[in-house]
Amino acid sequence: MERRDIAMNQLINKRINEVIKGNQEAFEEIVTLFQHRLYHVCYRMLGNRQEAEDIAQEAFVRAYINIHTFDQKRKFSTWLFRIATNLCIDRIRKRKPDYYLDAEVPGTEGLTMYSQVASDVALPEEEVARMETEERIQYEIGRLSDKYRSVIILRYIEELPLQEISDILELPLGTVKTRVHRGRAALKKQMGNL
Amino acid sequence: MNTCPEQIVHCMHAYLDGDIRHDDEQLLMKHLAECPSCQKLMDDLTDAIEFIEQAEPIEAPVGFVNDVMARLPKEKSQVGIQRWLRKHPLLAAAAMFFVLMSASIFSGYGNDQQFSVTKQPNLIVEGETVTVPEGEVIKGDIIVKNGELRIEGEVDGNVTVIRGSKYMASTAVVTGTSEEIDQAFDWLWYKIKETVKDIFKTGDGEKPVEE
Ligand SMILES: [Zn+2]
Repeated sequence: MERRDIAMNQLINKRINEVIKGNQEAFEEIVTLFQHRLYHVCYRMLGNRQEAEDIAQEAFVRAYINIHTFDQKRKFSTWLFRIATNLCIDRIRKRKPDYYLDAEVPGTEGLTMYSQVASDVALPEEEVARMETEERIQYEIGRLSDKYRSVIILRYIEELPLQEISDILELPLGTVKTRVHRGRAALKKQMGNL
Repeated sequence: MNTCPEQIVHCMHAYLDGDIRHDDEQLLMKHLAECPSCQKLMDDLTDAIEFIEQAEPIEAPVGFVNDVMARLPKEKSQVGIQRWLRKHPLLAAAAMFFVLMSASIFSGYGNDQQFSVTKQPNLIVEGETVTVPEGEVIKGDIIVKNGELRIEGEVDGNVTVIRGSKYMASTAVVTGTSEEIDQAFDWLWYKIKETVKDIFKTGDGEKPVEE
């Protein structure tokens, strides 16, 4: 870890200890420090500002309630991101019909039934071509199944190392790599020629 | 493309992950140079990633922090009161004064005529006379109510005599404070001090160790 990260960790752990001792106000600094990164991840996962705000807030509330279970030898952002990505995945799964869950379509790298159905109702090419970059990015991410969506967001938007993604998602490094590979392939397939 | 070794696709991903072995990288570059379809796949993958990487950072909406703080479960009230007292010592003292002004204290002063003494080993109690014997050391505070305290030895602590008398022999030693209280107002003042001391004692225990 860099010296700046160590100083940051110390500050965060100090605040966490204050929160554990019952000082709720000390949590405000933690929220302030991480609000934008956490909201951004939720927004990319959910593609909707209203839901992103709700889930990011919920993630902080869960972190507050469970703060005593956080291992202070580890990186706080990893723990916080884990709470948030789990909440996002729960939310995504709740809003789509049960029978699409995890049903990967044979021969289509990284595409689930859901993304297949989604791409069947995909917007016409001309409309996609007219999209602004930001809108298009969100559209493409949104077509990935949640498995691939989370790793692609953490890897290419949050720019996190693979090992950290593995810690956040509590998946073996090899699984994360496979998902990144399939996620990339799925993106390429979806997007055709840019 | 199907004729190309499957290893090439693995090499592409390893390359994109930034953890390709040197010899694999050479193999990949050599193959891409002579295989347009693999070069195309590589370019498409790279383009897809670069497109996603353009995503602008998005900030949480204004008021986000306050909204989170408002959603937190209420803290235990005891902790809240203690912090409030610590933050506003003057107001706390004033509030305490009004609380203590209430009749209970004054009646407490008037009604409590019973002899009492703090239990400490080596103290000699005869009737309403408490003696710290010569050559003995009492470790801790002594409070005597409605009685007489004779100090001939040593007290390693505070001595308080409430509505009584105190005698100090030439050999007497008291390391802490020594007080006699026999007026209602002294009593009130003593009570305020003790209560405030208690609060801050509890408060200190609350602070994280490393501070
Ligand atoms: Zn080839």
